[in-house]
Amino acid sequence: MNMMSESAVEKALDQKMSDASHKMIGKDVSVYYGEKRALFDVNLNVRENTVTALIGPSGCGKSTFLRCLNRMNDTIENCRVTGKITLDADDIYDQAIDVVELRARVGMVFQKPNPFPKTIYENISYGPRIHGLSKNKADMDQIVEASLQRAGLWGEVKDRLHESGTGLSGGQQQRLCIARAIAVSPEVILMDEPCSALDPIATAKVEELIHELRANYTIVIVTHSMQQAARVSQRTAMFHLGQLVEENDTDKMFTNPDDQRTQDYIMGRFG
Amino acid sequence: MTDVVSPVAGIPKAKSVRRDIGIKRRYAAERRFRAYGIAALSFGIIFLMLLLWSVVSKGYTAFQQTMITMPVEFSQQIIDPQNERATNPQKLMTANYPVVARNALAKLLNVSVDDRVAARAVSQMLSDGVRVQLRDLVVANPAIIGTTQTVRLLASGDIDSAYKGQIDLNVSQENRKINDQQLAWMTQLSDSGALAKHFNSGIFVNGASSRPEAAGVGVALIGSFYMMLIVLVLALPIGVAASIYLEEFAPKNKFTDLIEVNINNLAAVPSIVYGLLGLAVFVNFMGLPRSASFVGGLVLTLMTLPTIIIATRAALKAVPPSIRAAALGLGASKMQTIFHHVLPLAMPGILTGTIIGLAHALGETAPLLLIGMVAFVANYPTTPLDPSTALPVQIYMWANEAERAFVERTSGAIIILLLFLILMNVGAILLRRRFERRW
Repeated sequence: MNMMSESAVEKALDQKMSDASHKMIGKDVSVYYGEKRALFDVNLNVRENTVTALIGPSGCGKSTFLRCLNRMNDTIENCRVTGKITLDADDIYDQAIDVVELRARVGMVFQKPNPFPKTIYENISYGPRIHGLSKNKADMDQIVEASLQRAGLWGEVKDRLHESGTGLSGGQQQRLCIARAIAVSPEVILMDEPCSALDPIATAKVEELIHELRANYTIVIVTHSMQQAARVSQRTAMFHLGQLVEENDTDKMFTNPDDQRTQDYIMGRFG
Repeated sequence: MTDVVSPVAGIPKAKSVRRDIGIKRRYAAERRFRAYGIAALSFGIIFLMLLLWSVVSKGYTAFQQTMITMPVEFSQQIIDPQNERATNPQKLMTANYPVVARNALAKLLNVSVDDRVAARAVSQMLSDGVRVQLRDLVVANPAIIGTTQTVRLLASGDIDSAYKGQIDLNVSQENRKINDQQLAWMTQLSDSGALAKHFNSGIFVNGASSRPEAAGVGVALIGSFYMMLIVLVLALPIGVAASIYLEEFAPKNKFTDLIEVNINNLAAVPSIVYGLLGLAVFVNFMGLPRSASFVGGLVLTLMTLPTIIIATRAALKAVPPSIRAAALGLGASKMQTIFHHVLPLAMPGILTGTIIGLAHALGETAPLLLIGMVAFVANYPTTPLDPSTALPVQIYMWANEAERAFVERTSGAIIILLLFLILMNVGAILLRRRFERRW
């Protein structure tokens, strides 16, 4: 990494992205909450090692789609998902797929930082522990350190690993949650408006982190902030009233979108 | 983001005429409301103080007992005239100890035991409990027969009451339980230091007795302890498991709604109904013994379950959904989410509910009356299946006794019960503090 210049790394990643296989493929995904239909036949592919941003006005179904990707919608009563979503080649709604295993492969970071009211160490080690990822204490220490390193939090918390995770600042808590998601070595990380509860400085740090994580993970991020989508993502998908309006390269999306509604939304005419 | 409203429009000019909105009336209403609150609170505090004062002022004397310390001659003549204690072990159990005590007291008072009336008056000053006291001494150490020992013996309940000033001396002596002669002896003994008040450990350890000076809450304490143990062991796991199922796993439909309504209603069912249920099911149908603390514990478990379930469900509901989402998002199963994260966070609420339920059960009387725990039990129960009583039932029984000395014992037992309740509530507060976590 050190040998390559920053832009060279970017180029390599972008190259990788353009030939990237589709990590997750959503085909004709519809979601119903009881009688109400929240998503209408969404076809959206998520590319490997790419940050895909989902944007759109409130209630447009972008969070709903995100939560389909690791079946968090299962926890909502009356929620029904139709269509097909695959992770690599596996249909994630197939009976043969265990939801516990799926969520280990597709991690999630939530809108509000939600560390467990336990120590920082326990926050990180919980996932690896329940998935049996470590053989012994030294192994676990290794995982905890690596996860915190990757989340850029190690330097700030290495002396207070055994203090409560809820004692950290909001931005640190959110990065702790990202580290916690990383600790189970997921392939995809879903982020549901991860910065909406953070101040601008903490937001910048998390965005920087997302940028770095792209090298190793496939990331799908829901955001309300157009600027954030433009800053962190390579692909952007625009939702409106439960339908996917447009999905395109972020650069194109913010300069010359194909759809009039996308243009209107980005220009701030509705939303 | 759409149309921006002009910030100036719609806001009135600064110097518009103020409407009369009754500022003074508003403040007056607030002051009145505060006054009502303070009045209600003072009312409550006054009555609480009155209650405590009446119980403590009547009951504190129960923790002191009048006793007579005197040299007692363990005469071989009376205890074992034929010297057969080596061959007949029953001899020492059945010997005439009251006479031993009476003779000792008569000697101290310079009264001839040949004067039958006087001797009778002397023996009335001692409790019938001296039989047990002296017997225990002799059985423990038969070598003291033939010697003279200084022994502290229980005075009778009437002497106890008189010495504590609880008997109205203006009543003529024919209508009094204690006559002038006995009063004079009492004063004489008191002046010489033989008769004095001592700490009454008997009230904590003795079983039921028809003589107030020998009665205690020992059996009731053990019965109550067994019942609390049974309630804790049964109601806590069943209640918590039921709440977890209802709150986390059960589908929300009409049937579970019905169950929920019924649980809430069960918490308000009069406790005596549970007693009837226990009598019908546990005693009559299942054939469990009457008066047993095991049955009492089962009945109180049924009664406590709704309280624990309601408290636990409230505690589970109060755990923020974000914690569940975090655990599920990491790939924890529902069970793991609940047992690793939700339940520990709900623990303070569950424990508080449980202890309040236990405290409620500790003070419950009515259902125990129906399953026969209102009984005269003098011996300690060795297992929960043996007959026993409970603290509140003991209070109820003593309150029905006629002797003056039982009045102070009733209040004394209430003080003991209240102390246990305070202890449990302090425990609940400490546990809550200990487990409380912020998120």
